[in-house]
Amino acid sequence: MTVIDDISDVPTPDAKLAPLLEVRDLHVEFHTRDGVAKAVNGVNYSVNAGETLAVLGESGSGKSVSAQAVMGILDMPPARIPKGEILFQGRDMLKMSGEERRKIRGRKIAMIFQDALSSLNPVLSVGYQLGEMYRVHQGLSRKDAKAKAIELMDRVRIPAARERVGDYPHQFSGGMRQRIMIAMALALEPDLIIADEPTTALDVTVQAQVMELLAELQAEYNMGLILITHDLGVVADVADKIAVMYAGRIVEDAPVHDIYSKPAHPYTKGLLQSIPRLDQKGQELYAIKGLPPNLTRIPSGCAFNPRCPMAQDICRTDVPQLHPVGTARGSACHFWKETLGE
Amino acid sequence: MGRYVIRRLLQMIPVFIGSTFLIFFMVYALGDPVAALFGDRAPDPATAAQIRAELHLNDPLWKQYLIYMKNIFTGDFGTAFNGESVVSLMRSAFPVTIRLTIVAILFEIIIGISLGVLTGMRRGKPDDTGVLLLTLVVISVPTFVTGYVLQYLFGVQWGWVSPSVSPEAPFNELILPGLVLALVSLAYVTRLTRTSIAENTRADYLRTAVAKGLPRHRIIIRHLLRNSLIPVVTFIGTDVGFLMGGAIVTERIFNIHGVGYQLYQGILRNNAPTVVGFVTILVLVFLLANLLVDLLYAVLDPRIRYA
Repeated sequence: MTVIDDISDVPTPDAKLAPLLEVRDLHVEFHTRDGVAKAVNGVNYSVNAGETLAVLGESGSGKSVSAQAVMGILDMPPARIPKGEILFQGRDMLKMSGEERRKIRGRKIAMIFQDALSSLNPVLSVGYQLGEMYRVHQGLSRKDAKAKAIELMDRVRIPAARERVGDYPHQFSGGMRQRIMIAMALALEPDLIIADEPTTALDVTVQAQVMELLAELQAEYNMGLILITHDLGVVADVADKIAVMYAGRIVEDAPVHDIYSKPAHPYTKGLLQSIPRLDQKGQELYAIKGLPPNLTRIPSGCAFNPRCPMAQDICRTDVPQLHPVGTARGSACHFWKETLGE
Repeated sequence: MGRYVIRRLLQMIPVFIGSTFLIFFMVYALGDPVAALFGDRAPDPATAAQIRAELHLNDPLWKQYLIYMKNIFTGDFGTAFNGESVVSLMRSAFPVTIRLTIVAILFEIIIGISLGVLTGMRRGKPDDTGVLLLTLVVISVPTFVTGYVLQYLFGVQWGWVSPSVSPEAPFNELILPGLVLALVSLAYVTRLTRTSIAENTRADYLRTAVAKGLPRHRIIIRHLLRNSLIPVVTFIGTDVGFLMGGAIVTERIFNIHGVGYQLYQGILRNNAPTVVGFVTILVLVFLLANLLVDLLYAVLDPRIRYA
């Protein structure tokens, strides 16, 4: 198979100025038997080369779904994208043909999944799965692809790469498997990597190593990184900016330090308070009361209002827009000032 | 891998001895081979005693079994009811049944897997539901019904094929019998493939394959089929063993002189050497088929190989 073709590397006029990736007013819904689940409801974010955006949220907040929409790996149907733009290097990927998008996947945008054991093919050797990237996208021979695979395994510091290239995923430890996932994403030196909970399935000690490796490689290749996580601890060290998602919307959007020092949305505040802290040892851990909403029946007004300690009448009727807070920051709360001020 | 094979081969020995002894015991101890030899007539006592002595029938059963086994290993399976040696019966019967099995297995692979892949990828669509219903019908109707109906339609009514198979049983005459023989397994292969495909379509590693930007045909062949066909291949492997011995009904319908036919004759005439001889070989075939399946499984799924 020789698929050596180039999707136009000619940048569009404003590609130099535009961010690497810009998601505009993205909507994703799922048509299920129980009705239409609105998973993503008008999300905006952007990532530049070399920048790390952390998308934070509980399960069901739409963080993974929006990433899968960017990647173009949603099952459609049942998923549908009724509205929105996903601009990659200035071009709207939602308007591209399936074949055009396929050539971006893996080559320009790569994805790292959560559970490396189930995300790697159990019956193919890791060398084959890594080499496949080169064979399909660059038309390399089996032998050359294997050599490249060994090189990659070395890059992500898998010991004895040459001996282990023929091994199968189940023969590796969890941390090593996640390194293989990272290597696979890195293979063609993409411009953007989307990491969907890359460390959730790992031990805490291994988590740190894997995150460190990812951050290091990102800096080296000057890649954009979207880090999807529910773990605030992971975010603090590596992210440049954070987008907090709730019920398919971004509720707060800010540089990483601002959010930790002064959250401007009650939901973010709740998340921060529910992190266990050493100085509060012995006290009951704070938890946001209630449950995330059913996406087929999102509450009117602000979706967070049933769980919000600050909710007023206006919160039950009016959907709060993302209000600018300072310069590079936004909060979708009617009472962002009060939240900040407390 | 080598040790795995050796262990599996060693495991076959007690199974072989146990099952052949059981058959031997049932046929020789529970029937009277000498009486059977004479059919309806009462045997002359002197002749009967002589035959008894020749066949070692006066020895204890275990000794008879040992003698029988010794003979088998020198290629002597005894004599059939018509005076022909059992070995020569086998020589004429097994090639026919092997050809019939090949035809049946080809049907299972080509039609069964294709239908399974098709329906697995089009779950819930009308064609999927249609095929699913059809497999249910095929599974619930016994072989002798489908056999006679198809024989009547294709052989008698429309005259597309000859309704009975000539003694040489060439491949082209075995197409319809092969289909009849395969039908039930074919339906199972279809359902198994469908389920397996449907399951693997949702697998995480398939999503990874899409995210890698692989072309669709590569995703389906290298990733989806490669994983989905593991249980199917093992089912078909086991089925070879079944088909080799289980064609009694089909062979009767189409008058095919294969293993099933000879076994049927042997049982009908209470001819011990024929029955025990054929069953012994079938036990071996079955054991080998199972061994092959296990080895194939290990080759296809590295998680078994290195367990």
